[in-house]
Amino acid sequence: MTLELRGITKQFPGVLANDDVNLSVSEGEIIALLGENGAGKTTLMNILYGLYTPTKGEVIVDGEPLVLDSPGDAIAAGIGMVHQHFMLVPVFTVAENVVLGDEPTKSLGWIDARRAKKAVTEISSRYGLDVDPDAIIEDLPVGFQQRVEIIKVLAREARFLVFDEPTSVLTPPEVDRFFEIVNELRADGKGIIFISHKLGEALEIADRIVIMRRGKTVAEVVPADVDEEKLAELMVGRPVDLVVSKAKAEPKDVVLAVKDLTVLDDRNNRAVDSLSLEVRAGEIVGIAGVQGNGQTELVESLTGLRPSLGGVVELNGNDITTLSPRAIHNLDIAHVPEDRQKSGLVLPFTVAENIVLDSYHERPISKGILMDWNAARDRATRLVEEYDVRTPSIEVQVSNLSGGNQQKVIVAREFDRDVKLVIASQPTRGIDVGSIEYIHGRIVEERDEGAAVLIVSSELEEIKALSDRILVMYDGRVVAEFDPSVSTTEIGLAMLGSQSEEEAS
Amino acid sequence: MSDTAPPEDPQNTPLPDMVPQEEAPSQKDGDPRKSDMYRRVTGIGTSARQAMLVPALALLTALIIGAFIIAVTDVDTLPLWGSDPGEALKATVTGIFDAYKALFVGSVGSLDAISETLFAATPLILAGLAVAVGFQAGLFNIGVNGQMHIGGMAALWVGFTFAIPAVFHIPLVLAAALVGGALWAGLAGLLKARTGAHEVITTIMLNFIALFLVDYLLKSSLFQAPGRNDPISAPANPSSVFTTLFGDYRVNIGFIIALAAVAIVWWLMYRTTVGFEFRAVGANPSGGRYAGMSVAWIYVSVMAVSGALAGIAGANQIVAVEPYRAISNFAGNIGFDAIALALLGRSHPVGVLFAGLLFGALRAGGREMQGAAGIPIDLVLVLQALIIVMIAAPELVRSIYRVKTPDQEITTVTTSGWGG
Amino acid sequence: MTAIAEGAEVTSKRRATPAEKRATVIGIVLIALAVFTFWAFGLGVTSGLESKFNLSLPGARFDDLSWTVNSRMVGFVVSLILAFLGGMTLRRSHLKWTNLGLSIGLGLFAFSFLTWAAADGSFSLVGMLTSTVVLSVPVTLGALTGLMCERVAVINIAIEGQLLTSAFVGTIVGSAAGIWVGLVAAMLTGAILGAVLAVLAIKYRIDQIIAGVVINIFALGITSFLARRVLSASQELNSPGRFGSIKIPILGDIPVIGPMFFDHNMFVYVTFILVIALHFGLFYTRWGLRSRSVGEHPKAADTVGINVYRTRYRNVILGGLIAGFGGAFLTLAQVSRFEENLTAGIGFIGLAALIFGRWRPLGVLGAGLVFGFARALQQKLGILGTPIPSEFLSMTPYIVTLIVVAGVVGRARPPAADGQPYIKD
Repeated sequence: MTLELRGITKQFPGVLANDDVNLSVSEGEIIALLGENGAGKTTLMNILYGLYTPTKGEVIVDGEPLVLDSPGDAIAAGIGMVHQHFMLVPVFTVAENVVLGDEPTKSLGWIDARRAKKAVTEISSRYGLDVDPDAIIEDLPVGFQQRVEIIKVLAREARFLVFDEPTSVLTPPEVDRFFEIVNELRADGKGIIFISHKLGEALEIADRIVIMRRGKTVAEVVPADVDEEKLAELMVGRPVDLVVSKAKAEPKDVVLAVKDLTVLDDRNNRAVDSLSLEVRAGEIVGIAGVQGNGQTELVESLTGLRPSLGGVVELNGNDITTLSPRAIHNLDIAHVPEDRQKSGLVLPFTVAENIVLDSYHERPISKGILMDWNAARDRATRLVEEYDVRTPSIEVQVSNLSGGNQQKVIVAREFDRDVKLVIASQPTRGIDVGSIEYIHGRIVEERDEGAAVLIVSSELEEIKALSDRILVMYDGRVVAEFDPSVSTTEIGLAMLGSQSEEEAS
Repeated sequence: MSDTAPPEDPQNTPLPDMVPQEEAPSQKDGDPRKSDMYRRVTGIGTSARQAMLVPALALLTALIIGAFIIAVTDVDTLPLWGSDPGEALKATVTGIFDAYKALFVGSVGSLDAISETLFAATPLILAGLAVAVGFQAGLFNIGVNGQMHIGGMAALWVGFTFAIPAVFHIPLVLAAALVGGALWAGLAGLLKARTGAHEVITTIMLNFIALFLVDYLLKSSLFQAPGRNDPISAPANPSSVFTTLFGDYRVNIGFIIALAAVAIVWWLMYRTTVGFEFRAVGANPSGGRYAGMSVAWIYVSVMAVSGALAGIAGANQIVAVEPYRAISNFAGNIGFDAIALALLGRSHPVGVLFAGLLFGALRAGGREMQGAAGIPIDLVLVLQALIIVMIAAPELVRSIYRVKTPDQEITTVTTSGWGG
Repeated sequence: MTAIAEGAEVTSKRRATPAEKRATVIGIVLIALAVFTFWAFGLGVTSGLESKFNLSLPGARFDDLSWTVNSRMVGFVVSLILAFLGGMTLRRSHLKWTNLGLSIGLGLFAFSFLTWAAADGSFSLVGMLTSTVVLSVPVTLGALTGLMCERVAVINIAIEGQLLTSAFVGTIVGSAAGIWVGLVAAMLTGAILGAVLAVLAIKYRIDQIIAGVVINIFALGITSFLARRVLSASQELNSPGRFGSIKIPILGDIPVIGPMFFDHNMFVYVTFILVIALHFGLFYTRWGLRSRSVGEHPKAADTVGINVYRTRYRNVILGGLIAGFGGAFLTLAQVSRFEENLTAGIGFIGLAALIFGRWRPLGVLGAGLVFGFARALQQKLGILGTPIPSEFLSMTPYIVTLIVVAGVVGRARPPAADGQPYIKD
């Protein structure tokens, strides 16, 4: 039993997303599909799942070409997809989500809740997933939500499972548990395609690794034959420096002091719970932790975007706890937000307008209420050049830029001052390797010029590469502090709330 | 399944699935690929010819449909189709011809007609600016009607309470109108800022409240014309009346004020920090907050500016229109027309100016149409609605006429639900 | 190691949570109401006067039931209760009960107001309650229309236009071909306008609020135009029949409850049935689950094979049918003719009821009754002849709507994808 993608080509207006891609997976096999952001992996999987029609090429199951016009067709063919961003309705229960689209009914369309629940518990116990059918999705931790997605797929009797970046939201121990489940599925005869940009995981779990670059399949290797560096090189097309080169840190005085900070989230839960930390000038402190443990609310509170419930935040000894975002900006604090399209930029505005988004109210960009667009354009031109932002002009809408360049616009804007404190949240999420390298370099540069830097990232590799000191955040608190040389496993355990190796047994 | 890929930056060759991957976290706040109301009429890559094409075609289509409606509702001629189709056809065509000829003559057929057009356009331009300012900031000000009433009543009060030289009186009248309208609209803005209440519902409710308030005031001793029992106010003093411009023709300095308003709004939106903030918040409130803007205050300010413009429009209806009195619902349909204007003009002040002139022409012509050809003036309302639909959906026009719409045609304001 | 030692000197004040701030505001409001009640409805009433609340309609089986109270005492007693409720809310000890306390407080305030208005006179309480139910029907129907649309994430501002146009069509067709045909025509009209909204919003992805406003403008224009062009000439097209009341035996004779719920025209009964049907439909059937999924997370629905576009079209058109039914109620049951701008904002009040009812059918019914009460209040007070000018009474439903929307919106959660067009890539 084989699933094969043969000669898949997909042309979008102006862009060739997939170019004669060939891929095959057999039952009882795990294939890892590697490639950096924008390589064409998701397009390929969308074709497999019936969301796109290929311009050329075929999808073949057991020798029979398939017509896939909708996810329904794919499901009928035994293909199941577990998406990176879960396709679960947050306010529904587990059972409701699992049976959605294929509900067991009594007369008049009345849903048979009992049968729905049974469907869930059967699969859950079979694979040891331990999911409660009546739980509401938005109350479940992310690791469990992923299991619900898996149950959804298995409930439709999928023979081939596609996982799109499945581990991006899991802690290392949860990743181990996930791999156990995947191995179970393989032993059960399922064929699995596993999309990722995480090299180590591919090496660990896959039987074969397929690498995509710029829409083409460029290589197919067996894990035994390669290592991470080789994989990275294949992915990007040139040798890649996986480690950020930086001098040893020489931290000076404490710049940022957070004491017993408590912040509520939108649902009035304590997202940050009596948290304390310090950052010194000339050091990079990285906060590791799975998203959802209060990092977002912490950053929002530090930058004035969210009121705190209690505690104190001090900058160089001055209390800044209740200051507005503008006041905080005026204190030379740079903030690179975690969601660049939502908070960092105004997408319909031009590059120039976005560059002055933080300074439009000050000289020389404006005098009183009158804006000086010449000054604005001058600054924009200078920064675009200095920060290597690839754009046809500064009058183009910033939405036309790629993610990496958008992020560079933000970084350019924020760093173009004498910055005392940098707060960067998920600074390189979803951008190409070239831009990642550039931004990492700039952050280290700021540190070397004496700024205190606080990074929040759910990519542990990034934290380990950049930080001089690592703090782990779990459930709203700092639960551990590490030197970057500590093993990933140990950090991972802390991310899950465990204190030390003793408790791991 | 449509294949929509965002425009690409050639030097970095990003691939289509790059955008969906990044977008997903912020999908809740509206699709960034959608252009929004903020965009100017002289949009990037849009030639003037293209920008005018869709409105022109929309107008044409509306007139055609309007002709059809006239024909179908001609109750006298309808029975004739059964007995003598030839005669009926002649009568129908004559009817349509008469109607549209009256429309044309009444709007631009003579100096008097042009004066009437400008006269009718004045409050429309002001009201349209009010709505446009709101749209640019992402706010739907449906309350122009109520703001006109409050501003107008304030203006009226100043109008009949004082008897000072016009050079002082008129500015005072304007100031009162400005403040009245700003306060009434600011109330809705405040509610949105503090409680998240959606301005569509609050402004509409305030419309009704203002309406009844005006009715009450018109029967109160403060406002009611002495010796009258019906709800009609005392007249404003002659010194507060907007001076006419050319002798007997009705067009007056109100039109000049409207032109000034266009210029001021343009300057405000595109040359000041205030306008920058308004537009930023309209395009992305989260981005605005992050940039340090006080979004709540901006909502209040936008509504205040919008209400001020509407208030002046209301004042115009009192001190520029004989007999310089207020009656019940003196703002009429102008508030709703203003929405159409803002859409037609793409929320850009100059666009609103031209749209206002067009609608002024329809109004002046429509009156002639009603008088000379017996077509109720409400047809103009229908025409306006049809025009808006086609402006708001260029694809409709495109599919009818197989015209290519400009690349970055704006179609929508980004909304994400009820706020709060 | 981290440098903050345990037990370090920290100045951390505890700032109020949003719920606590709200409780403070509400507590103050209640106390202010208490003071006002004491002064206006207590001291403001001459001592010795009595208010008589009639509890049965003339001619009913259990005739002449009434409840008489001392007008002044009611004012004092209610003000005391309000002060108590206000105080308890201010203490912020039981935050969960804030809303309940507010509701009870407002209810008592309304009662005290009625007592004052009816001082030294009688007041048909049962009449007022019956009117409440009747006047709530168009609001509830409008809200249900909005519910059908918003549950699949389409905001429908055009309810007003749908009601108006279908009322108009109902009148004309009803006059020409009988009230049942008129009813069907009205429902079809509502459905057609719903389809227009659906096409504009789903296919052309016009901003849904603009699309709704446009439809309203169009509806107002075309109905006024046709009313003047066609109706004024042919008056016979503006006198359709009327749906009469159907009294349910036995249940209809129960004092107070009887006339309130069981002696109405069929529109009222159908509305209640519709609410219940939608409640079960939305939350217990396959149709409901799929519709809600489209409204909450259309991408998820799409990936399991649900046709998002088709679901949205279908539900919006069904909503249109309901709006058409509401429009028919206005001209075929409530009054028996069409007037320009007959609806006067009912559609928008319906939207407020939808938000107030938290997008749930049973909640919408309750909200509709509240607004019906406001409208009934406006009518009844007019008859009573209170010192309040009639124009201010007319404002009542609109002010109530304003207060409700301001007080409730921030806390209610609409369907997650509300207002966003679905772009299938």
